Amino acid sequence: MNLDHQILTLITFIPLAGAILLALLPDKGKTMQWGALAITLFTFLCTLHLPAHYAYNAPAGSFQFDQNHPWIPSPAIHYHIGVDGLSMWLVVLTGLLAPLGVLASWNAISSRRKTFYVLFLLQQVAMFGVFVSLDLFLYYAFWELSLVPMTILIATFGRTANRRRAALKYFLYAFIPSAILLVAVIWVYTRTGTFDLPTIASQHLLSGTSTAMWLASLAFLLAFAVKVPVFPLHGWLSDAVAEAPTAAVMVLAGKLGLYSILRFYFGLFPAEAHRISPLMIALGAVGIVYGALLALTQNDLKRLAAFATLGALSFITLGIFTFTIAGLDGGIFHILSESISGAALFVLMGLLYERYGTYDMRELGGLAAKLPWMVTLFVITTLSVVGLPMLNNFVGEFLILSGAMAHHHAWTAVATTGVILSAAYMLLMIQRVFYGSLGDKPEAMRTWDLDPREHLALWPIAILMLVMGIASPFWMRAIDQTGTAITQQHEDLPQTIRIESETYSQAAPSQITTASAHTRIPEATR
Amino acid sequence: MPAQYLWLIPLLPFAGFLLNGTMGRRLPRPAVTGIALLFTLIPALLVAWLWQTMLSTGQQTLEIVSGNWIAVTGFHVDFALSVDHLTLIMLAIVTGVGFLIHLYSAGYMAHEEGYWRFFAYLNLFMFFMSVLVLAENFLLLFVGWEGVGLASYLLIGFYFKKDSAANAGKKAFIVNRIGDFGFLLAMFLLIAEFGSLSFSHIFSTLAANPYLHGGLLTAICLLLVLGAAGKSAQIPLYIWLPDAMEGPTPVSALIHAATMVTAGIYMVARCHSLFDRSPLALAVVACIGAATAIFAACIGMVQHDIKRVLAYSTVSQLGYMFLACGVAAYSAAIFHLMTHAFFKALLFLAAGSVIHALSGEQDMRKMGGLRKRIPITFWTMSAGVFAIAGIPPLAGFFSKDEILYRAFAFEANPALGKLLWLVGLITAGMTSFYMFRLWFKTFFGPEHVDEHPPLETHGAAVHSRSTTTHVMEDEHDEGQAAHPHGVHKSPWIMLVPLVILAVLSLIGGWVGVPQALYGHNEIEHFLDPVFASAAPEIAISPGPIAHGLEFGLAVVSVLTALLGLFVAYIFYYKRPRTAAAIAQRFPALYNLVQNKFYIDELYYFAIVTPLLVFTRGILGLVVETGLVEGSGKLAGLATRGLGGITRRIQSGNIRSYAGWLALGAAAVITVMIFGRFWIR
Repeated sequence: MNLDHQILTLITFIPLAGAILLALLPDKGKTMQWGALAITLFTFLCTLHLPAHYAYNAPAGSFQFDQNHPWIPSPAIHYHIGVDGLSMWLVVLTGLLAPLGVLASWNAISSRRKTFYVLFLLQQVAMFGVFVSLDLFLYYAFWELSLVPMTILIATFGRTANRRRAALKYFLYAFIPSAILLVAVIWVYTRTGTFDLPTIASQHLLSGTSTAMWLASLAFLLAFAVKVPVFPLHGWLSDAVAEAPTAAVMVLAGKLGLYSILRFYFGLFPAEAHRISPLMIALGAVGIVYGALLALTQNDLKRLAAFATLGALSFITLGIFTFTIAGLDGGIFHILSESISGAALFVLMGLLYERYGTYDMRELGGLAAKLPWMVTLFVITTLSVVGLPMLNNFVGEFLILSGAMAHHHAWTAVATTGVILSAAYMLLMIQRVFYGSLGDKPEAMRTWDLDPREHLALWPIAILMLVMGIASPFWMRAIDQTGTAITQQHEDLPQTIRIESETYSQAAPSQITTASAHTRIPEATR
Repeated sequence: MPAQYLWLIPLLPFAGFLLNGTMGRRLPRPAVTGIALLFTLIPALLVAWLWQTMLSTGQQTLEIVSGNWIAVTGFHVDFALSVDHLTLIMLAIVTGVGFLIHLYSAGYMAHEEGYWRFFAYLNLFMFFMSVLVLAENFLLLFVGWEGVGLASYLLIGFYFKKDSAANAGKKAFIVNRIGDFGFLLAMFLLIAEFGSLSFSHIFSTLAANPYLHGGLLTAICLLLVLGAAGKSAQIPLYIWLPDAMEGPTPVSALIHAATMVTAGIYMVARCHSLFDRSPLALAVVACIGAATAIFAACIGMVQHDIKRVLAYSTVSQLGYMFLACGVAAYSAAIFHLMTHAFFKALLFLAAGSVIHALSGEQDMRKMGGLRKRIPITFWTMSAGVFAIAGIPPLAGFFSKDEILYRAFAFEANPALGKLLWLVGLITAGMTSFYMFRLWFKTFFGPEHVDEHPPLETHGAAVHSRSTTTHVMEDEHDEGQAAHPHGVHKSPWIMLVPLVILAVLSLIGGWVGVPQALYGHNEIEHFLDPVFASAAPEIAISPGPIAHGLEFGLAVVSVLTALLGLFVAYIFYYKRPRTAAAIAQRFPALYNLVQNKFYIDELYYFAIVTPLLVFTRGILGLVVETGLVEGSGKLAGLATRGLGGITRRIQSGNIRSYAGWLALGAAAVITVMIFGRFWIR
């Protein structure tokens, strides 16, 4: 049986069916955990169908596994789904993080488990929907859906009394720009007569430089940038991260917003995106330093991780707005690797919280001797976060920065200081939690090192970090298609300012020895 | 040796790391030792085989490319290894000295709690260091570069329960990261300029474009120098190395003296084609090297901790190598790198032996008269001291003299060359002085052994656990009935490396005897294929006059070394109070140097504190709470305010609704008529 045309629908709605099933089952013993684990693992297996059957040599910019059915005749809304090199790996990533989230919540969520796992699965449905939708209307429906379960998760399962405020803040931050986004989506429809993204993008139905166009593009960008979040729109981030349960934090930031920028903002408004790119590059570079500096001064582990996340997301923002192949490929790759390292970090912090009931580093300390396996995994994750070569994050950061260097020397230099600062705050964290003498709380408590379930959740992730750091071309093959397509998409534009993309891809090795070098070198010297 | 086997040289130690790292906790100690030693011995043998193959076939380079590591359209980096004569020398040092130190550690660390962990990290270090010297491109070199930093972090912080050790490890990593910042930017510029990071590609492009000079290349070189200064502990980033002495002594010997810290010199030598095109960058390298050499020597003269003296001496000697690179005498730099690896590893291991003998005591003021107690350590250490002081015909003399001569004869910038020579010569005198000071204070004079405090108070400096107490007594020498604790036959496993390194310190310099001293300077010829492409204007012309000059300079530097010996003899043997008296005459100066010129405090005061204050105050309070969250709150308030207004509109009053309806309709009509002028 050839599943290729139904697979995406299956992937998207299996968690929904699972959520309904869980809602019907009684919440006894570990039924919810095992049920959710089975559903998420099955979904993950289905997502693996995509890379196994993906056509890696398909023309850049084409969509695969697509399904396009008319849904509502007027306005013309289609059920159009499909993936390319960008969204395929994001679907797989979403599939991978879900079982990990279930394992991380196994004991951490002890009451109202049914509510938790149902909402968790609904969140997954929304994320899959966002990643596969190619129809603007369909996309918007999933986009809004992604907001609701997360808000309830934070409000219900938050850690402190502050949870409702954090949830409200998150909701308002995300919802208000989304409302404006809806207006812009409808404006796009009135201008083009279709909600179909590939049609609009490939036929340049949205060309022209009107004020309205500019405003609509800003509405898209604002909604996405808040969701990422891009500095300085990150007001909701640290509170939401601090409150949300581990499984929710893993999917809270980054992916949805960044993907939407890449797919919809760049797809619909390439010229506007180029015009605003210097600003976004600056915000990215500043965000890296800002996130790292604030992470350096936190006492709360989760807030530290929140600002570390802000830094990582700023790297990606910087990379994709350079519109170089290296920057885009690196940025997309970094979405994957940042999510994985971030997930591992949050899971580990959650495990510490399960043991000691605190995220405050001042109350911890000297744990290395007590929890040798925990410290091993913490150090591996730390090394991944600080971008040690041969681990996953290095590949993304390196490509992003090398892409940025092509045109933005100063901002690249600013961004590269993040390499120093990230080492500073992560190693400081390790030292405060694990080295030195035993802290007050740990001294008073008897705890255990990782149990088999925790080993099972974490080691595959640790190994994945290493494999992604060494064998990056396995992922890059598909990503590079999309990265190249986005740079070309812009070159295809009829009339706009063109930014030269990718000097080094054009300067073939031999070229520099020819006459052109005479002109190149003095230019660079200046 | 077939090229495919090259991968075994780094990967075998990595396998050792994995085995000991995952199972070491449960394995018996002999198994841990066996794994660690075996997986470092085989690479050493492979290197010997490699050396033999390359010499017998006359091959200049051996390369293997094993697939892509990072690949995007228009740019890729490969897993590529390459061996030339420079790599051969480095590999021989890394695997040879590395194996000897593994051997020594098996004895030295025998009773430590984290025995398996220590050897796992040590093997991990061997993996990354081999990758570093074998890499065929900048990025793979950077893998090794960062990786040895990681191994160094883990090993410095080996006694992680001690705050000072944890701090030192963290400091080493972060300061190295500052250097890596430069290295990374240099790589990005190289990509932008050459479209590749492969050595062969970049260097052949340079060779094909003789007019490429200065400008961007200078920027690249200066950024690389920042990286090298971080790894090789040069001004302004040397501050981490003295603190790194918190690690176990074999680690200081292997990583912080013989191999890792020389990576910066290796990198500069490897990229000499770039540096040759930028006289400014070369001058900067030379000046940093000379300044570091004399500055660290100053501090080294007044330290009391035996390992810290050696640490500052290492910084100073690395400065020499930098100086050599700066005058484009790359083969002299590598020569000194090699001899330094021998004698400094020896000195550290011997110092470890001394510390062991004294139950963990590191303060030289509490030492003395040890030459009869621990004769083998004394004799081997003497070889190291004489070698580093530059007494002929030991190893250090030839390599140091080569550097001084090449600086003096630096034709591209004669004035600078003479100055560098003078600084180098003064440093040589100081080196001789502080090394003999160490020698006299440790091995001669009155004994303080019996006053030794028990391990519990002082041993913590080296050994965090009292389980090591009984080891301390086993030092190592035969038939000393006078020993207060009874004497045991020393374990051969610790003595063999000492003796081998002592022999190498004696004769290791004979491969570089200059023609002026009737030698053949084999090492320079051996390295010729690598460095021959150095720009012709920097190369010096040998001739009879040059020989005479070289001979004369050699005599001067020997006299300087002897002067250092003589002064140390007067101060610390003949009239032991003189030194203290002089120190009392100039208390301010003495304190300044004693406290390392307060550089650490200066950095902390000028950089770290302001950064944290700025972050907490401006970023944390004003920006984060005020602007970022404040604007969110403001948006919330605005929404509520708007809600208040609209609530008032919904009054339930029909007439008011009708009025609003009419107003709205009028507005819509207005927009429909005039709006298109506004929205095109």
